[in-house]
Amino acid sequence: MTAQDFRIATGGRIDRDQSLRFTFNGKPYTGYAGDSLASALLANGVMMVGRGFKYHRPRGIFSAGAEEPNALIQLAGGAHSEPNLRATQIELYDGLEAASVNCWPSLEFDISSINSLISRVLPSGFYYKTFMWPARLWMTYEHIIRHAAGLGRAPESADPDRYDHRHAHCDVLVAGGGPAGLAAALVAGRAGARVILADEQNEMGGALLGDSVDEKIGGKPAMAWVEAARAELAGLEDVRLLPRATVFGYYDHNHLGIAERVTDHLGPAAPATLPRQRLWKVRANQVVLATGAHERPLVFADNDRPGVMLASAARTYVNRYAVMPGSRAVIVTNNDSAYAVAIDLADVGVAVAAIVDLRLSPTGPLVERVREIGIELLTGWAVVDTHGGHRVEAVDVGQLDDTGQAIVGDVRRIDCDLVCVSGGWSPAVHLMSQSRGSVRFDDERACIVPDKSFQEERSAGACNGAFSLAECLSQGFRSGVEAAKRAGFAKANAPKMPSVAKVETTPLRALWRIPGVGDKARNNKHFVDLQNDVTAADLALAMREGYHSVEHAKRYTTTGMGTDQGKTSNVNALAIIAEITGVEANAVGTTTFRPPYTPVGYGALAGRNAGKLFDPVRMTAMHQLHNQAGAVFEDVGQWKRPYYYPQAGETMAEAVNRECLAVRSSLGIMDATTLGKIDIQGPDACEFLNRVYTNAWDKLAVGRCRYGLMLGDDGMVFDDGVTSHMGDNHYLMTTTTGGAAGVMAWLEEWSQTEWPKLEVYFTSVTTHWAVAAIQGPRARDLLSELCSDIDLERDDFPFMSWREGTVAGIPARVFRVSFSGELAYEINVAASYGAALWQALMTSGAKYDITPYGTEALHVLRAEKGFIVVGHDTDGTVTPGDLGMDWIVSKKKIDFIGKRALSRPDTIRADRKQLVGLLTEDPYEVLPEGSQIVGEVRPEPPMPMIGFVCSSYWSAVLDRSIAMALLVSGHSRHGETVTISLDGRTVNATVTKPVFYDEEGEIIRG
Amino acid sequence: MLLIPCPWCGDRDETEFSCGGEAHIERPAKPAGMSDDQWADYLFLRSNPKGRHLERWLHSQGCRRWFNVERHTVSHHITAVYEMGKKPPKASKTSKAGK
Repeated sequence: MTAQDFRIATGGRIDRDQSLRFTFNGKPYTGYAGDSLASALLANGVMMVGRGFKYHRPRGIFSAGAEEPNALIQLAGGAHSEPNLRATQIELYDGLEAASVNCWPSLEFDISSINSLISRVLPSGFYYKTFMWPARLWMTYEHIIRHAAGLGRAPESADPDRYDHRHAHCDVLVAGGGPAGLAAALVAGRAGARVILADEQNEMGGALLGDSVDEKIGGKPAMAWVEAARAELAGLEDVRLLPRATVFGYYDHNHLGIAERVTDHLGPAAPATLPRQRLWKVRANQVVLATGAHERPLVFADNDRPGVMLASAARTYVNRYAVMPGSRAVIVTNNDSAYAVAIDLADVGVAVAAIVDLRLSPTGPLVERVREIGIELLTGWAVVDTHGGHRVEAVDVGQLDDTGQAIVGDVRRIDCDLVCVSGGWSPAVHLMSQSRGSVRFDDERACIVPDKSFQEERSAGACNGAFSLAECLSQGFRSGVEAAKRAGFAKANAPKMPSVAKVETTPLRALWRIPGVGDKARNNKHFVDLQNDVTAADLALAMREGYHSVEHAKRYTTTGMGTDQGKTSNVNALAIIAEITGVEANAVGTTTFRPPYTPVGYGALAGRNAGKLFDPVRMTAMHQLHNQAGAVFEDVGQWKRPYYYPQAGETMAEAVNRECLAVRSSLGIMDATTLGKIDIQGPDACEFLNRVYTNAWDKLAVGRCRYGLMLGDDGMVFDDGVTSHMGDNHYLMTTTTGGAAGVMAWLEEWSQTEWPKLEVYFTSVTTHWAVAAIQGPRARDLLSELCSDIDLERDDFPFMSWREGTVAGIPARVFRVSFSGELAYEINVAASYGAALWQALMTSGAKYDITPYGTEALHVLRAEKGFIVVGHDTDGTVTPGDLGMDWIVSKKKIDFIGKRALSRPDTIRADRKQLVGLLTEDPYEVLPEGSQIVGEVRPEPPMPMIGFVCSSYWSAVLDRSIAMALLVSGHSRHGETVTISLDGRTVNATVTKPVFYDEEGEIIRG
Repeated sequence: MLLIPCPWCGDRDETEFSCGGEAHIERPAKPAGMSDDQWADYLFLRSNPKGRHLERWLHSQGCRRWFNVERHTVSHHITAVYEMGKKPPKASKTSKAGK
């Protein structure tokens, strides 16, 4: 265990009484409560934490926040493991295990860093160019590249953690809990608005958390003002404070996504009662964006060495975490903000070797103060190179000429282990841009700022380009008033502005590429995007090759396309593009900001919608009985249906054969509950059926049933089923199991949108009724034992009719319909009686060897009869004519849905694919469904395809295979032999009518 | 995600609804009298404007009623909702501009 050599003895927002143990790449360390993983590593002197994506050069902790491009971490192990988290945003907990990503075999010795030496062959557009080489070579390159590329690893087992979703509404959503956000929330909250204030950090305060303790608001320490504001907000009933909550997405109609890390910071100590993360979906009347700004790096040679760090980050490590990020620092800046960093570093004993300021003659109190301390100030100078291996050891500095394009005089070397860079500030306009607001490049401040709002939002503070504390507060108050008033809280007003020291500053000097000397002048080690290893030279190459549009340049060079989305690189990249192409930065435009602001884990996005809760499971009233009978289940939509009921030692094929033969020879029973049932009532019910079905319904007497085919208005078969006439103005429609919801919606749509004058009502009653279908020659014998109040004689209760009565003492509707071709009754009882009915039928049916059968036997039996299954033998391009079902299409009706389309030239073509039966020459050959019928056999594909097998089974009763197919001109090919192409061989079959059993229908009517 | 004002239930999230495409495509009263082209036009051809669009929505996870919506296809601003069978509102400057 190493000591925290770089920890400052006092100060900071850490708790020195709570020591926490953690490991990084297997090595043990300690930190304190309040540390981030990054600050704890720095306290232990660990600066290098990763390797570059492309060249595998050593990389160090670069920032102290969400913008971190380098310090990507694989957190924890096993199923809890999470890749690509930013060390700067991971709160330390006891027992934390972290590892670097993209290093192999180890961080210190990385084999792929050889890429760094061959960087000449990895230019921008590398992938695209490689694709242009002989394709065979790509496979070789890809293997090597895939090993070297990529970041963290996804966990290999299921996520054991729990995630919640919450939907919320508010009057004002404030994104960001720095001074501007707190000010806005205070104003809106005091006015009585429902406010949600979300901030990504563990405590409110924003940038103030990293500022010097000397910062004052209203004469008191700034953090005291923050704490007072937080406490007041927490006491307001309608204000919700969400720390550790990142507003990651801004969508249409003021809908925003927030990822709240509820217990991530507790690690294994997290209580089981809380979810790990919570995803908030917030609909806000008004939004105040107070998301702050990111400091920008400067683009100079070898600016990627570990130890090169954003100046503000160094300050945050000192002030917030009480950590010295180095012992000897050089500050490189083009603006005043880094001077405060130098002062704070010097204050805690870091030697500040020099401030290298690109500006010629900066003035102001901060500059004066630095001179007083005695820090060497090099104005009009720049860093032209850095040295060191796993950590920076020295920088070369030189004096800029007047244009800033070249170095004059000798270069001087300064030893240091920390280089604090500040290239100005980039407002975090991500959410504003996601909301479809426009942004513009502000030349004076050299950054992108919000321009015009598109939704009900406004930006306040640093994200609006207002970088001083006074401006942050005043814009925060003003935005809070505006948002609250727009949300209907007319009396919202701003409090008296507290006094804040005003600091005079000198404007920054924009110098987008700092000249290099010698071979560094090529700009190929001037890193712009640290995460994706994109250099200024790469951008220049893209421009030379014509990728002038910023969107093209981004994709070609991959700048800004890492997990950090270029938070530290985008503005530099676009300004360099502008400089190279000689246009104004504003004319270059920006690439599109897209959600999420920082990555959101799949667990949070999925919430509880995973595993068993992913989709509802529907079970019939008889489900437990099927279970007890050993049924294997099949998913049909959300339903669990018995697939087959294997007995001891039986294969699926043996079970299905046994079930089929039982139905054909004696008695089978099937759970038909899942068939869709729609109750249709109203004076115009019959007329409505006439319009949605192809056949006529006027003459169907009460007590009778009829098969119907439903088409879309394009003439294609949409669903089928039996509809029964239940009483005056009352019908019961059945649909396919999978089509039930779709048919219900279809009927409602036509009723409401086209025919609102027809008085007809639809109720889905699928689950109101449990249905047992008994099928086979002994069906009537069984039913007669259990039912005494229905006359079952063939002529009194004929095929395609229904009767009301009692079965086994249970009130029932009995339908004499059959999908097997056997004598059959479908007995419908109230769902709660389903199990009782099934048991009674099984008990009394034992003497007939009653055999429960599943969906596979159902399919075999119906195929033997040539009954179609919509969606199995049809695919949305099949007309009734194609199925040979013209008999069900009324010629007399003037109109029905789909009628007109049936006479379109395409639907009457003779060479459409039409339904046929297929009998293979070898009766034991069962064709795979989906097999292609070929028009001509050739030694190799392609061969002309003239149809395909849609249904294919072994028929036990026929002792041979049967199949149905859709075949070009099939109806005129009966008797012909066709060839089916299988994997590496062909099979011949005879085309037949698609009916193989009891063609005359004697049995079904028996 | 859009916020859609159902005429019967009020403002609800888009996930409760399904979109039924362009509104005011009336099914021809006498299909038999139409040419194949006219029928194909009714069946398949829909306008795809950049700007004001009148379209049908169904509150499928709510009251299951169909209604019409005037929406700007670029801004997604919803400027009117009205019942089936009602005439669309006159195109206003704001509905065209999408604000």
